[in-house]
Amino acid sequence: MSSTKLRILVPVKRVIDFAIKPRINKAQTGVETKGVKFSINPFCDIALEESVRIKENSKDLVEKIHAVSIGPSKAKDVLRTALAKGADTSTLVDVGEQEVEPLQVAKMLKKLVERENSNLVILGKQAIDDDSNQTGQILAGLLKWPQATNAFKVELDGESVAVTREVDEGVETVKAKLPLIITTDLRLNEPRYASLQNIMKAKKKPLETLKAADLGIEIENRLETLKVEEPPARSAGVKVETVDELISKLKELKAI
Amino acid sequence: MHRRTLYSLSSTVSLLRRNIRVNQRLVVVSTASYSTKTVAFTADTYSHKVQRDPKFKKLDDADIEFFKGVLTDKGLITDADDLLFYNEDWMRKYRGQSQLVLKPKTTEQVSQILKYCNEQKLAVVPQGGNTGLVGGSNPIFDEIIISLSSMNKIRSFDSVSGILKLDAGVILETADQYLAEQGYIFPLDLGAKGSCHVGGNVACNAGGLRLLRYGSLHGSVLGLEAVLPDGSIYDSMHSLRKDNTGYDLKQLFIGSEGTLGIITGISILCPSRPQTQNVAFLAVSSYEAVQKVFVEARKELSEILSAFEFMDGTSLYLTGKHLKLDNPIESGEYPFYILIETSGSNKEHDDEKLENFLAGAMEAELVDDGIIAQDESQIQSLWSWRESIPEGVTATGGVYKYDVSIPLPELYSLVEACNERLQEAGIVSLEDESKPVVAAVGYGHIGDGNLHLNVSVRKYSSEVESLLEPFVYEWIQSRKGSISAEHGLGFQKKNYIGYSKSPVEINMIKEIKNHYDPNGIMNPYKYV
Repeated sequence: MSSTKLRILVPVKRVIDFAIKPRINKAQTGVETKGVKFSINPFCDIALEESVRIKENSKDLVEKIHAVSIGPSKAKDVLRTALAKGADTSTLVDVGEQEVEPLQVAKMLKKLVERENSNLVILGKQAIDDDSNQTGQILAGLLKWPQATNAFKVELDGESVAVTREVDEGVETVKAKLPLIITTDLRLNEPRYASLQNIMKAKKKPLETLKAADLGIEIENRLETLKVEEPPARSAGVKVETVDELISKLKELKAI
Repeated sequence: MHRRTLYSLSSTVSLLRRNIRVNQRLVVVSTASYSTKTVAFTADTYSHKVQRDPKFKKLDDADIEFFKGVLTDKGLITDADDLLFYNEDWMRKYRGQSQLVLKPKTTEQVSQILKYCNEQKLAVVPQGGNTGLVGGSNPIFDEIIISLSSMNKIRSFDSVSGILKLDAGVILETADQYLAEQGYIFPLDLGAKGSCHVGGNVACNAGGLRLLRYGSLHGSVLGLEAVLPDGSIYDSMHSLRKDNTGYDLKQLFIGSEGTLGIITGISILCPSRPQTQNVAFLAVSSYEAVQKVFVEARKELSEILSAFEFMDGTSLYLTGKHLKLDNPIESGEYPFYILIETSGSNKEHDDEKLENFLAGAMEAELVDDGIIAQDESQIQSLWSWRESIPEGVTATGGVYKYDVSIPLPELYSLVEACNERLQEAGIVSLEDESKPVVAAVGYGHIGDGNLHLNVSVRKYSSEVESLLEPFVYEWIQSRKGSISAEHGLGFQKKNYIGYSKSPVEINMIKEIKNHYDPNGIMNPYKYV
């Protein structure tokens, strides 16, 4: 029985590092990005890890893993990380500092899927900066492929894939034939560290740069951000000195 | 819709929790042998070494009334259960019998307390975060504990000069977080940062993880506010970066371990916070390789090198067991690991320097394997491997710690000599639960020539202790090293100062002590 070889496409986004506390810029038009650390979106990291594990678990099944990022030229760092962790080749679609909405991202990814002849796209379920949770779904619609979102377990079975997803009511397993879109949730896996050897090797792996026009796409955003502001600060609590004071305060607030 | 929002929130929170679990300082250890045991009184365990000095008054009601007058009821702790935390040390090795903890809120109150104690000949122990590693901040008998935890305000910060003035009771991590908002960094970092006080750090001249880059507290502290045993207040908080007008008195207090007075305020020079940071974790096959990598790192990374730590295979193993995590380097188990941190102002410059250095090290076959952190979470995870070693080696039941400075080439030989000695006595085994000792491990700030020899045990016992001491101290003396590089002498090493200081030095120390503390009330029974 020979199964189709997998040509996996993994889109990865460059976002403000998850561990950094974001600040609103002075103009209140967005988040401050100057001097701030950027890294690979954690969910994209998980998507990449899953594709590398699939490759490692079934030796000849995966023909190649292609990573792609749509962002400024600094997004090359994120692609180098992806290559170091196990992607074979990569593409940067350089859009400069322009913000790109999920629909535009999906349109570009569709072109790349056609270019790379991919038959499996694994994406993070959402980016931690805009929390849209749309790109994977829109891409599935554009390609007319089945989609399995919020995956926390992925099992390959010949021509089809069984994906277990976390839903509000619990857990549900869906099965679909390739080609397929999978979006990853947090508990799918724990991404690996990039080893020195692989980081050095990654320097020699292909990283091509394209512009949106090369894919025949003109970026037209449909949303305009009016204002960005911080949530209201928590009002300070009251410190008490003794247990007796605590009890009387709680009584005052009618909590006990 | 509402539930959906909560769900994505909760996944972010779980992401946080997943990483924070690895980063927690002073994790509550669940092994029964460690947390539920009762600690014996230091006075009993070491009755052959120390007796209560009868010249010190025993606490009476009149004293309590006086203290209440100064601090009000709220500033005193007299309940036995509440006192337990203050009486015991972090490693649960020492336990005092103090009946009173005082928590002053102002320097003036500290002054009144000390003046009174001096007149009444009541012995006192100043205490910060109680994270000391040599039993220096816990009483031996009924000394009164003076805790600085209620003096925790940041006084002022000058963002042009970088001079921070703060109370001694500010927690180190709090000070650093405050500085982070201003774009500065506290020139000291250690694993206990979530609990230790800056006052305690200064009193012990703490070294920590970044001494390599920012130097010692003797250099970065510009001024102090301290209360002398007779109640007078020494105040040099106004101090400037350069001031050559007389003896540099603050140096007496830095490293004095509470024996000359109580530090209540600190003025410290803080460097700019680095904008870019990289951490690499390397596996090497020998101690010689560790030294070679260090020499190369210092040369190639030079001004961006901010930390160079090492650990042996067993410390990593015990830490992994305690944190319930797999070894970060997947290709196998190696005898030694190195953690290198670089900090700078230009990401491209630093990345290139680090990658070139590591490529060179791999080609020269100095390094067998390694990883570079790709994001902030990975940086924190890798650091927590190093910072959790003290917890990992203590979680087995207990630990004997030796913090030493030895000339670099011989640094690790002490660990090997220790293991040999323990093997010969037949009391050590990693797996056999019947043996009292788990293993002797080595790790530490190799960049500063500082080894932490830790003998991880299943329980404290005088048999093990007598095998280790004075063996370790004699070994160090023969190599002209320091028996306490950064942890201080405290109670553990009180009798061993002679191994690192000459009789002339010891005499000068005693004379200064006797001059400023003629009644000897400040932290007695410790090294001076």
